[in-house]
Amino acid sequence: MSERYDYEQEDVGIHTTPVVIEPGHTFGTVTDKISSIVLRKRTPVAWWIGLALSFMLANMMFGTVVYLVLTGIGIWGNNQPVGWAFDIINFVWWIGIGHAGTLISAILLLLRQTWRTSINRFAEAMTLFAVACAGLFPLLHTGRPWLAYWLFPYPNTMGIQPQFRSPLMWDVFAVSTYATVSALFWYTGLIPDLATLRDRARSRFGQIVYGMASLGWRGSARHWARYEVVYLLLAGISTPLVLSVHTIVSFDFAIGIIPGWHTPIFPPYFVAGAIYAGFAMVLTLVIPLRKFYGLEDFITERHLRNSAKVMLATGLLVAYGYMCEAFVAWYSANTYEQFMMMNRFVGPYAFFYWLLIFCNVVAPQVIWIRRVRHSNIWLFVVAMFVNLGMWLERFIIIPVSLHRDFLPSSWGMYRPTIFDFTMFFGTIGFFFFLMFLFLRFLPVISIFEMRTMVPEAQIKEEEA
Amino acid sequence: MHIKDTFPELYQIRKRPVSIEGVRAKLQEKRGREYWQSLEELAGSEEFEELLHREFPQHAAEWDDSTDRRTFLKLMGASLALAGLAGCSYQPPESIVPYVRQPEDLVPGKALYFATAMPFTGGCAPLLVRSYMGRPIKVEGNDLHPASLGAADVFAQASILGLYDPDRSQNLINRGEVRTYSGFLGELLTALEGQRGKQGAGLRFLSETVTSPTVGALMRDIKRRWPGSQWYQWEPAGGNNGSLGVRQAAGGFATPVYNFAAADRVLSLDSNFLECGPGALRYARDLASRRRANDGDTREICRLYAVETTPTNTGFFADNRVALKPSQFAAYVRGLAAAVGASSPALAGGTATSDEQLNKIAADLKAHAGACLVIAGDEAAPEIHALAHAMNTALGSVGKTVTYVEPIEENPTDQLNDLRTLVGEIDAGAVDILVIIGGNPVYTTPADLKLDEARMKKVRLAAHLSPYDDETSELCHWHIPQTHFLEEWGDTRAFDGTVTIQQPLITPLYNGKSACELLAAFTDNPDRRGYDIVRQYWLTEGRAALLGGAAAAGASGLAIPGASGTTPSATAAPSSTPAQAGANGGGNPPLGGGAAAPTSNTATGSNGAAPSTGAATPDAAFERAWRRALNDGFVANSAKRPAGGGGAGAAPNAGAAQGATTTPPATAQPAAPAAAGAYEIVFRTDPSVHDGRFSNNGWLQELPKPLTKLTWDNVAIISPVTAEKLGVGMAPDGAVEAGGPRRVNRLNYKGGEVEAETLRLTYRGRVFPDKNNKMHEEMVVPVFILPGQPDDVVTVQLGYGRWRSGRVGGNLREGRRGFNAYDLRTSDAMWSGTGLGVEATGDSYNLACTQIHFRMEGREIVRAGTFAEWKRDPTLAPERERKKEPPQPAGENREPEGGETMYPPYDYSEHEEVGRRGYKWGMAIDVATCVGCNACVVACQAENNIPVVGKEQVSRSREMHWLRVDAYFRGATEGPDGVYFMPVPCQQCENAPCEAVCPVHATVHSAEGLNDMVYNRCVGTRYCSNNCPYKVRRFNFLLFQDWDTPSLKMMRNPEVSVRSRGVMEKCTYCVQRIEYAKMEAEKESRKVRDGEIKTACQATCPTEAIIFGDLNDPNSRVAKLHAQKRRYDLLADLNTRPRTAYLGSVRNPNEDIGTGGAGRGESGNNAHGEA
Repeated sequence: MSERYDYEQEDVGIHTTPVVIEPGHTFGTVTDKISSIVLRKRTPVAWWIGLALSFMLANMMFGTVVYLVLTGIGIWGNNQPVGWAFDIINFVWWIGIGHAGTLISAILLLLRQTWRTSINRFAEAMTLFAVACAGLFPLLHTGRPWLAYWLFPYPNTMGIQPQFRSPLMWDVFAVSTYATVSALFWYTGLIPDLATLRDRARSRFGQIVYGMASLGWRGSARHWARYEVVYLLLAGISTPLVLSVHTIVSFDFAIGIIPGWHTPIFPPYFVAGAIYAGFAMVLTLVIPLRKFYGLEDFITERHLRNSAKVMLATGLLVAYGYMCEAFVAWYSANTYEQFMMMNRFVGPYAFFYWLLIFCNVVAPQVIWIRRVRHSNIWLFVVAMFVNLGMWLERFIIIPVSLHRDFLPSSWGMYRPTIFDFTMFFGTIGFFFFLMFLFLRFLPVISIFEMRTMVPEAQIKEEEA
Repeated sequence: MHIKDTFPELYQIRKRPVSIEGVRAKLQEKRGREYWQSLEELAGSEEFEELLHREFPQHAAEWDDSTDRRTFLKLMGASLALAGLAGCSYQPPESIVPYVRQPEDLVPGKALYFATAMPFTGGCAPLLVRSYMGRPIKVEGNDLHPASLGAADVFAQASILGLYDPDRSQNLINRGEVRTYSGFLGELLTALEGQRGKQGAGLRFLSETVTSPTVGALMRDIKRRWPGSQWYQWEPAGGNNGSLGVRQAAGGFATPVYNFAAADRVLSLDSNFLECGPGALRYARDLASRRRANDGDTREICRLYAVETTPTNTGFFADNRVALKPSQFAAYVRGLAAAVGASSPALAGGTATSDEQLNKIAADLKAHAGACLVIAGDEAAPEIHALAHAMNTALGSVGKTVTYVEPIEENPTDQLNDLRTLVGEIDAGAVDILVIIGGNPVYTTPADLKLDEARMKKVRLAAHLSPYDDETSELCHWHIPQTHFLEEWGDTRAFDGTVTIQQPLITPLYNGKSACELLAAFTDNPDRRGYDIVRQYWLTEGRAALLGGAAAAGASGLAIPGASGTTPSATAAPSSTPAQAGANGGGNPPLGGGAAAPTSNTATGSNGAAPSTGAATPDAAFERAWRRALNDGFVANSAKRPAGGGGAGAAPNAGAAQGATTTPPATAQPAAPAAAGAYEIVFRTDPSVHDGRFSNNGWLQELPKPLTKLTWDNVAIISPVTAEKLGVGMAPDGAVEAGGPRRVNRLNYKGGEVEAETLRLTYRGRVFPDKNNKMHEEMVVPVFILPGQPDDVVTVQLGYGRWRSGRVGGNLREGRRGFNAYDLRTSDAMWSGTGLGVEATGDSYNLACTQIHFRMEGREIVRAGTFAEWKRDPTLAPERERKKEPPQPAGENREPEGGETMYPPYDYSEHEEVGRRGYKWGMAIDVATCVGCNACVVACQAENNIPVVGKEQVSRSREMHWLRVDAYFRGATEGPDGVYFMPVPCQQCENAPCEAVCPVHATVHSAEGLNDMVYNRCVGTRYCSNNCPYKVRRFNFLLFQDWDTPSLKMMRNPEVSVRSRGVMEKCTYCVQRIEYAKMEAEKESRKVRDGEIKTACQATCPTEAIIFGDLNDPNSRVAKLHAQKRRYDLLADLNTRPRTAYLGSVRNPNEDIGTGGAGRGESGNNAHGEA
């Protein structure tokens, strides 16, 4: 490892080559470095601690789920005006987090943003796990989850199909398609690396498992050619999904007639919010990760900075969304819309609205400052604010819109119960549990793609 | 064959054989459905008792030596087989015939209707009860009966739950032990023997107000037999003040009967006549008939003034409301009486005042002399009643709007005096035997005349007949379970004296005794069944009335005697449609018993019963009249005749009054105590549990109280100003939030939960709650701020704080519910008193409310205007809309034009036969006549098997009522001049937002326009509820239904599915009734007739504010209401196009005067209660 790259130079425009890998790496060092995380014998104690903690949290979720299925939705705080609360907030939040993965993998791939290479594998895994967490909620938020399969169109003796006018149906397709494509994309990208692990594994067990998973990858030119085509195709398929999934999730609300839901700005605003949340989560995870596993060479400060910039940009889009909501409420001269906005500003949940504004609009503005942008700690803090802010955004949209709608007589209040929190933090535990397993058993960074980043590869390309 | 030969094993394991003779004797003594597993149980033998109380029954303990497993199983089989001997029918025992022949009309799955009545505080609710296979499951009002006309109140609607209440007393209890009735009779006869020498001088009866002729006859019989005995009556919240008021005015007891249909001006003096009292249903119907502003009818609607001390439904329904402190009340009324020129001794000291408002009311009344009505409430002091009668006389109302009939009570009396005498006698040790028939005097007596433990101990033998083993039962030697009114024979009188013979619909579930049966024990012929007693009475004493009524049937006697012949056109109420006029005769239907009943009443009351032998034998004429009376639900022409023997004009007049009473009774004026506090206290019955008798009824406990929307608790109601003074009800940051009704204490973030501060009340030397008093220390008095309450007045409700009620009503073991206001009540200040000290404790208490916001926030939810405004613009459209050209009153529900909607409109023609239009169900709800009585809510609950969820769930906003009655305050905050009541069921939208979002087709549009709910298909995403702008959908967040309690299983309506958890449910216009009527119509190859289907809420509505029918039929009542100009759709701008339309509220305030507090806070174009 050589001495650090001078970022100040890049900023003033002296250095123009995009640096996504620290100098001094060869094909061999890249492979060694990344595969050793998986293949080394000794498992770090910290990993065990992390896994145990997240496993405990995950079990809290499983316990809540058992109690929920046995007892009913009533263990949560949902009530009459507020039919959806933590359940759907968490669903949308997780789905939003899941967006960064595909965006990084697919769109940036198509846009030939090579800096994505270091973080795409990781972001895709994050997407998958986030979608897994998200998927739990639409299933479990139903009153009778054992009948939730009725939402799928399947041939049945009742002769009934789901109702395709319902945005919840669209959700079912959008999310399941997204989950499927994301999983395929992730797995396809993993195959060459799995082969590498197979070849390098010293234990017989590892050789067999990775061998099976790598589907007989030999690295032949034909393999590579097919791989490239498939990967590009999947990227092409994934790309519209990045936009469609959250658009369709936003339809759950935009199609509804509740003031605060019935807004045409929701689709773009939700997509921007999802990317915002996704990059915030990427930063949240990546900053400690690269530190802990010593991956600073591969996930460079440049990655963090780019993520921060994307975050800032999408954050501004989201802020524009908030402004639009307020403007339209005022401009529409619609009593209900105006009341909805005033209720957000000064109503019983005003604290959370202003906290949202602080977290999502005010706090990220510090990214404009270079020193902040270059401070990992600061970025981590900002990302945490955004994580919280994006959760609050859904809180404001869902229960706060519902709790006071058209008829004042049916207004009510919402307060979560302990089980709302055990379910929410439980899914966070579940997410991290899967994440820790992923870190230990699969290459966290795409090895073969990183190899294309080292100078040797660049030179050869230029020579060719 | 002897049983020993059949089951020799039975004898091996017994110490003593069971005497078959004994069993037979027991069997004869018992009636009805008896479950018994073995002969020992039936015989009540000691062995069986042992079996009950030992963990292992006898033969199990001796398992090894004598009885092997095989034998044991054989024995079990035998006892099960024997259990079958008890029979399987719920028919009344008098008509039990084994199913040798199929009983007539009893078709499995088909409902039968029986007419009966629910006796209630000096009157009755005439009912028509629906029964499936012997199980009564729903009550409706008896539409032939003048006191009901089809309506029923909340208590009658909820009585079904009372019948099946698993907490009802199931055993006769003697000093804590379960005993038999014969055991009681034995001890009673011994005690009576001791009375023989002194002619029963130590025998006392204490009953509630009795209007039953049979009970009256029995009491007279008892009096003949035991001349020394005394019969007292005590009702904590009855019409005692009214009786005394009439006596004060007229010199004797009489019952005033009012005819609101003939009144142009009504003055209510602290009277909640629309909701309380025996005549409430009829009065509400009649008043409503004069409150509808119909298109093309320019006759001025009736104007209602209310002068009251604490807000009531009637007061907030009134056009002009004056709120007064109790201490100011009498003077104000005296001033009013003087101003209208009344003369009464009660007027002493009352002179014309310079109160401008008062004089204007008086002038308005005088201007309508002859078409006025002044009514005083049960809670008003007797002198107020006397003044009201004097005012009626002065205004020429007597004979027109008010008629005085002979008292409907069997033994009219001053009940407070009765109680005082009884307590005096008990203290003096003069009472040997005290028989308490119904009621719960230990709980309900005022604090200074408390029948407490010390007093009850002085009685040598106390017996209590009551449906629950309650506070009084605990202190009596004997508790005898009382039959529910649906289980017993009896009779009772309605507000005008019309008699209903009660017939049972089910065999007593728990072997209770009726009042008649218990009282018979004191007569010469002690062992008689209720049926025989009642029939005997009508065969002998009542025969003339019964036959006379039948003979005169068709002679068209009018329900309200005062209206007979004297008001030629006043009764022609402006009914909305001809259909109504046809059904109701414009408000006063003839009592012609011979008229063909349009209902499906079936004469089965005396179905095949052999009449018992008696002194008189029934002849054919009697039998006919008896059956007629049972079938119709009342004895024709049995209404009481006008008092004084004269015609309609016989009424108390001032002269008689002056001669009769010279000194007002002691109760007239609350004695001013050594004033301890500056506040005044007002006692009121609770709108849900009344005086506490319904405290174990979950439907009523969870019924939102009309003005506060509070459930499960009682509160201390104070005004916003008083709250500020006491420093309670602040917003969390300490600031007093502006805007009155918005500030209903502090809201907690849970749902309908209100965090209420609590008070400490000091009154007449009692502190409440009191740490030193065991019974008071746990009590909390939560505050509820209600605009319209007079300042410095605290209103508390009776009926809570029970310490020995059931699991619902609270008790000492499982925790009490609410606080006991009876502990503050004294006999000299029964309904209000001064000298109350109030301080905030600083603690708080959680209340569960179903509505926490009472303002419309400037939204067009209730369209309202005054009568003058309505005449100018019958659409009552707000200014904004009126500017639009042309006004589209009924056009809001128009078909969408092309491009206006994403989804094509539903094509109804697809489902219709060629050339034949289908049905288009719709509903119209008249906000102008809804008085917020809640009867529809309970009716809906009973009809549709809606569960009770409990206080915790209500506080989380998860109540399940499909139909709610919203209340919106109007006018200024500190002195609102009214409340709009607005029943909101599912609106059955044409463009239903719920339908489009359900992912599984669980809520779908029917070919007749209903938004059907398919419970089986629902997976519970709750999206439909979120997207419903009316929020009328209800979700089973938990398993709210009680699936286990056996008695509740019998209660459910078999026509409606019982929903489990995780399923959304909602109103579907009682689709089961629609389908039933359609099937009936199809059988006869015709269309469903208008009025043939009544939804549960419509059927019970006293004011006919809810009308349902076919909108495709232009002549249907509902179609005509939909075409009314004041019709509007709720949230019409959302383009949901609801099938339920509302009719705007038209009130007729006297614009010259303000209200009690602030002035009227609204003007014409701001008629929505908003500032």
